[in-house]
Amino acid sequence: MKKKYSIFSLIKNAFSYHENWEKAWKDPVPKKEYDAVIVGGGGHGLATAYYLAKKHKMNNIAVVEKGWIGGGNTGRNTTIIRSNYLWDASAGLYDHALKIWEGLSQELNYNIMFSQRGVMNLAHNLQDVRDLKRRTHANRLNGIDAVYLNTEDVKKFCPIINTSPDIRYPVLGGTLQRRAGTARHDAVAWGYARGADEMGVDIIQNCEVKGIKRNTDGVEGIDTTKGFIKTNKIGVVAAGHSSVIANMADLKLPLESKPLQALVSEPVKPIIDTVVMSNAVHAYVSQSDKGELVIGAGTDDYVSYSQKGSHDIVEGTLNAILELYPIFSRMKMLRQWGGIVDICPDASPIISKTSIKGLYFNCGWGTGGFKATPGSGDLFAHTIANDEPHKLNAAFNINRFVSGDLVDEHGAAAVAH
Amino acid sequence: MFVIKCPFCGEREQSEFKAGGEAHIIRPKQPTELSDDQWAEYLFMRKNIKGIQFERWVHTHGCRKWFNVVRDTSSDKIKAVYKMGEKPPSE
Repeated sequence: MKKKYSIFSLIKNAFSYHENWEKAWKDPVPKKEYDAVIVGGGGHGLATAYYLAKKHKMNNIAVVEKGWIGGGNTGRNTTIIRSNYLWDASAGLYDHALKIWEGLSQELNYNIMFSQRGVMNLAHNLQDVRDLKRRTHANRLNGIDAVYLNTEDVKKFCPIINTSPDIRYPVLGGTLQRRAGTARHDAVAWGYARGADEMGVDIIQNCEVKGIKRNTDGVEGIDTTKGFIKTNKIGVVAAGHSSVIANMADLKLPLESKPLQALVSEPVKPIIDTVVMSNAVHAYVSQSDKGELVIGAGTDDYVSYSQKGSHDIVEGTLNAILELYPIFSRMKMLRQWGGIVDICPDASPIISKTSIKGLYFNCGWGTGGFKATPGSGDLFAHTIANDEPHKLNAAFNINRFVSGDLVDEHGAAAVAH
Repeated sequence: MFVIKCPFCGEREQSEFKAGGEAHIIRPKQPTELSDDQWAEYLFMRKNIKGIQFERWVHTHGCRKWFNVVRDTSSDKIKAVYKMGEKPPSE
């Protein structure tokens, strides 16, 4: 049993200069065999392991990660959480996640710094206005909080936005989800890792999967840089590298991996206390607790695993930011980076069994996976443990690309992909 | 960000071009006879290779012609460029 984090443990450890904190997770040598192995130690993978152990009592499991946990897209995203998706299936999925977020710090005994500061989506033309109003109605029918704001309300909610009618793409209105917000991305990975480790899950870092061994029945195990691990259930949560793992099992996925960039500014005093996203001009911005502006850019249109995107994408985003927020014109950008996102043709994820018995995939989250982390882990754990999807992820099966029953969230999802 | 050598215009910045995805996916000759699985394969399934990929590009802000590129997707280094209809280089 791990010692509980609290104000008292903080004071107690201060006396020993914070040098004697208990390790949050072990660094185990892989066992020869596990009941299930999760490939990928990002937020989604660690959450999957956590819920497999907690809800499905599968404690003899491992998470293998080729780098360090939370070192991929978990540590590279812009930490935005919302559930205002258009279609019923998506609304169910993302709001399931949002409901878990609301109690996650307490559940994990780990401060994930979840802040429901609201997410506002802007409309810049008449079609945007119609789409956003439609989405607001759809959200409310699905029990998701959403309001439509006119230009005046937008200005009132976030006074630094330039709502002048003579800018290139004037602000005609927007939507607001007040329950939405941000969380500390690293803490999510670390909190889940600590919780899973406590229940006996082996978290094995610096362990890259090199092959998947199969027989006529299904999967037999994985070859890794730390040797062969026997298991008959493999859950792959490898984000941008999902296709690389799928190719090892001769499986083709409907994915393309592309660079997505983000950047942060120098830290400044509090200036924007919410998250503002704009689909039409592709600019979104929030402010971290350190005071940096966190800005998300778009994806490049070519396949790449290089973790760096094109300069013109960043330039386009910053042009839009400056037109909407002239107050930022003198700010300096501090850091810029890229991650590799796996995008499905319908911009919805896959949480599914595959044609190979014992091989499960959780992928295709594209540009917006962070917000779903707890829900994705919970539903993927259910799918792996029962060999059947939960009703909330049934629509997100791989077979939808054959049946044509797509969950088309391109554009409908309030942000371009 | 990288430079692409358009076979018609020469070297230009990548931002002048638009990527057209995996090359050499052959359009079905008898679309009416395709099963759902075959349609899914043609429309959606992609190799999404980490490494040497054969792909299509179009010079949107130039000659507007399509052509093929061989690129290492792990480093964005371009290995070869060849015109539509030409045989892809073997390696």
